[in-house]
Amino acid sequence: MSDRLRDQLAAVVGSRWVRLRPAELLTYETDGLPTHSARPRLVVLPGSRDEVISVVRLLHREKVTWVARGAGTGLSGGALAQDSVLIVLTRLHRILSLDPARRRATVEPGVINVRLSDAAQPFDLHYPPDPSSQTACTIGGNVAENAGGPHCLKYGVTTNHVVALEVVLPDGSLATLGSPHGEPWGPDLVGLFVGSEGMFGIALAITVRLEPIPPGIRTLLADFATIRSASEAVSAIIAAGIVPAALEMMDQACIRAVEASIYAAGYPVDAGAILLVELDGQVAEVAAESAAVESLLGRAGARTIRSASDPAERARLWQGRKKAFGAAGRIAPDLLVQDAVVPRSALPDVLDRIGEIGRAHAITISNVFHAGDGNLHPNISFDSRDAELSERVRKASGEIMEVCVRAGGSITGEHGVGSDKRDYMPLIFDAETLNAMCRVRRAFDPDQLANPGKVVPIRFCREWSGASRRRSIAGPAAASDSS
Amino acid sequence: MTDAIYTRLRQALGDSAVRRDGFGTPRAIPPSSEAVAEICGLAHEQGWRVRVEGQGTWMPPDAPADLALSTEGLDRISEIAPADLVATVEAGVGLGRLGIELARRGAWLPLDPPGLPRRSLGSLVATGTAGPLRHGFGPVRDHILGATFVTGDGRVLTAGGKVVKNVAGYDLTRLQVGAFGAFGVVTRVHIRLRALSAARVMLMAIGPRDALTRQARSLMDGGLSAAALELRSPGPGGGPDWSLGLELAGTEAGVEAEAARSTSQSEVAWTRLDPDRAARFRSEVALAPLTAPTTFRIGVLPDGLDEMLDVLEGRLGPGVISAGPGRGLVRWSGEPTFEALRDLRGIAAEREMPLTLERGPWDLRQAIGHFGAYREGVGPLVSRLRETFDPDPTFAVALGPGKTEP
Repeated sequence: MSDRLRDQLAAVVGSRWVRLRPAELLTYETDGLPTHSARPRLVVLPGSRDEVISVVRLLHREKVTWVARGAGTGLSGGALAQDSVLIVLTRLHRILSLDPARRRATVEPGVINVRLSDAAQPFDLHYPPDPSSQTACTIGGNVAENAGGPHCLKYGVTTNHVVALEVVLPDGSLATLGSPHGEPWGPDLVGLFVGSEGMFGIALAITVRLEPIPPGIRTLLADFATIRSASEAVSAIIAAGIVPAALEMMDQACIRAVEASIYAAGYPVDAGAILLVELDGQVAEVAAESAAVESLLGRAGARTIRSASDPAERARLWQGRKKAFGAAGRIAPDLLVQDAVVPRSALPDVLDRIGEIGRAHAITISNVFHAGDGNLHPNISFDSRDAELSERVRKASGEIMEVCVRAGGSITGEHGVGSDKRDYMPLIFDAETLNAMCRVRRAFDPDQLANPGKVVPIRFCREWSGASRRRSIAGPAAASDSS
Repeated sequence: MTDAIYTRLRQALGDSAVRRDGFGTPRAIPPSSEAVAEICGLAHEQGWRVRVEGQGTWMPPDAPADLALSTEGLDRISEIAPADLVATVEAGVGLGRLGIELARRGAWLPLDPPGLPRRSLGSLVATGTAGPLRHGFGPVRDHILGATFVTGDGRVLTAGGKVVKNVAGYDLTRLQVGAFGAFGVVTRVHIRLRALSAARVMLMAIGPRDALTRQARSLMDGGLSAAALELRSPGPGGGPDWSLGLELAGTEAGVEAEAARSTSQSEVAWTRLDPDRAARFRSEVALAPLTAPTTFRIGVLPDGLDEMLDVLEGRLGPGVISAGPGRGLVRWSGEPTFEALRDLRGIAAEREMPLTLERGPWDLRQAIGHFGAYREGVGPLVSRLRETFDPDPTFAVALGPGKTEP
């Protein structure tokens, strides 16, 4: 079968763009998540929109499951393709149009995130969503995961910037969702498609809204004796009606990891936490806001405050934050970058609990996160060759999720559910809602060929029965997910 | 039939939660999501058609139905968390009341849709109708973090959450926003708030339309940073001049600097409105559509605004217009004929501009649909989603043209 399928796919894309040998498949067995791996059945790299459509149609005809993949930087095991065909979209890397007057750009899915901002920069425009992997990750992957980044506090995540999509559905048909004018031609299917983790189809052309590059930018770096006082500073800034472009925190473990690495940024290693605050906008507004923020930081107990507005100085302040994952990665062979969200006010207590969980399981956890929107990234450094340690990491991850959910939060803020978080979904959604998600997926993909086994545990995807509905009326919790 | 439904509903919900409207149609006022589910489940089982109503201030309550389901009983503000800038609010809560409660805690929801202050949050979510603040704070979808909703066959579903960033599961919340109730009755939402700004200033320019749209473009080219920029057609008997409102929010120094920058070297004269006059202007913009029976919006980017305003004037004659010349939206209210509106939708579609019917009498909604012809591949998706959330349709909604659903 694979030989025949390989020949059929090779007829579409050319034989050099079909990969089947184990050594070739190795690259595609994992994404950015070290705890999961899966070998694809084969890998195909279409080189154009039409080739993608032909590949999807062929796989639909043959009823073969498939997974779309961008740069493979995802952190939830969302692009793993166990026994499925992996459709790699990195060859579709053209910026199809960039219209500065309308502040719109249309790109192919394989365009690397930072390339779009680079292309828009001569027109004083940029594309705000900036995942930490922005020099490698693709806009198509960002759409699939509804990716965020440090600057999403003020500017919003991917879904706030995508206005239209041309997609190929898993049955090979095409659909045009949304409109460059911002208003949809019907219900908000762009909003539904963004963040659907590659289970609704493949975006062939993505139209996004660009934003003007603000004329004024100032970055402040404050260090605090404790995480709690840094968290209080975060709340005080937000409560003052100031929405910084970014509001990032690193805990002591993370600061020390950075300072011990080649990325050392001069952060004080005895600090309990550092806070990076970036303010942008019109020059006068930035000046007024930074004066207010400096005063709030001081009142919350900042020990020192550094401030920079020229690009080189700002880059220095940011360096440690941007390279935090790299620095944490050198502590041990593997780094699990976790992702969860809690209400801002719960940050200090939740961080305390994460510390306790780390100690209870004797694992190293460092925290670097988007404090402004309560989006935590506990980083667990470990060695995946140690099975017993890996099991402790898995348990600790589960406990961290439970703590965040109990605090009123969510199991993922920007990395997606993928394979990693699938089994945590019942922590935040009842059986009725999970079943509805399965049905929504079937509206896009009746044969369930695209990215099988992700996001919703399969046991919730049974067909409705009348009996289950009547039970639901008695209360959602009464709906059964067993059997 | 009507009496039987009335009696059956009273048995299920109790006498106080079921009344009759002016035409004798049973009108259920459930107090909880579970009670909404009970009504929808019953209606689905019995094949009754249900019309969902909020405060009755925006969409006329005139869709033919066997019973009306009002969200008036869902009137609790469950939680306001000023430190987290989120709130959990039931769908029947009026926006005016919500605004007052939020302001007491130093917060606000930067959405200022057209309509009366008691217009319900559920109506705002269902119609996706944002006002001038859309310029600075985004459309309705950007403010809704999660929703509880009830499907046409009586299932209670929850989407999203009450944190400001969340990608767990498919985004069913966004599907609800602006879907005119086709995918369920929203009963409760988690909303994202902002802290009240230290300073808020409104400036207004009055003049010929062309001069004001030119001025708006020039402000945008200069990187304007504003909460709202709204162009408004002349009021009744108010002469030929249009008005352009510019609202700034932020720190005092920042707002003053932006006000000075925006008004310097301007080809139009700006007046600074005192807080009372600013409030009056906002209120006039919100209430003006209610002077006519029909309101629609068109997505228009700034470079197409002048032409679309000409087309509207030529095709539909005078109407009440409110337009966002910065981010691109025109809202028109008046009394168009079916044919004129259908033609206009065609003209807009040729320019790739979607026209959404926001309100109007049922016969117009039914003939024209809230949305026009769907783009490639969208029709089958909408049908399958409709089947998912409202099988054998219970809700009386006219999403597309020429269809009665059910």
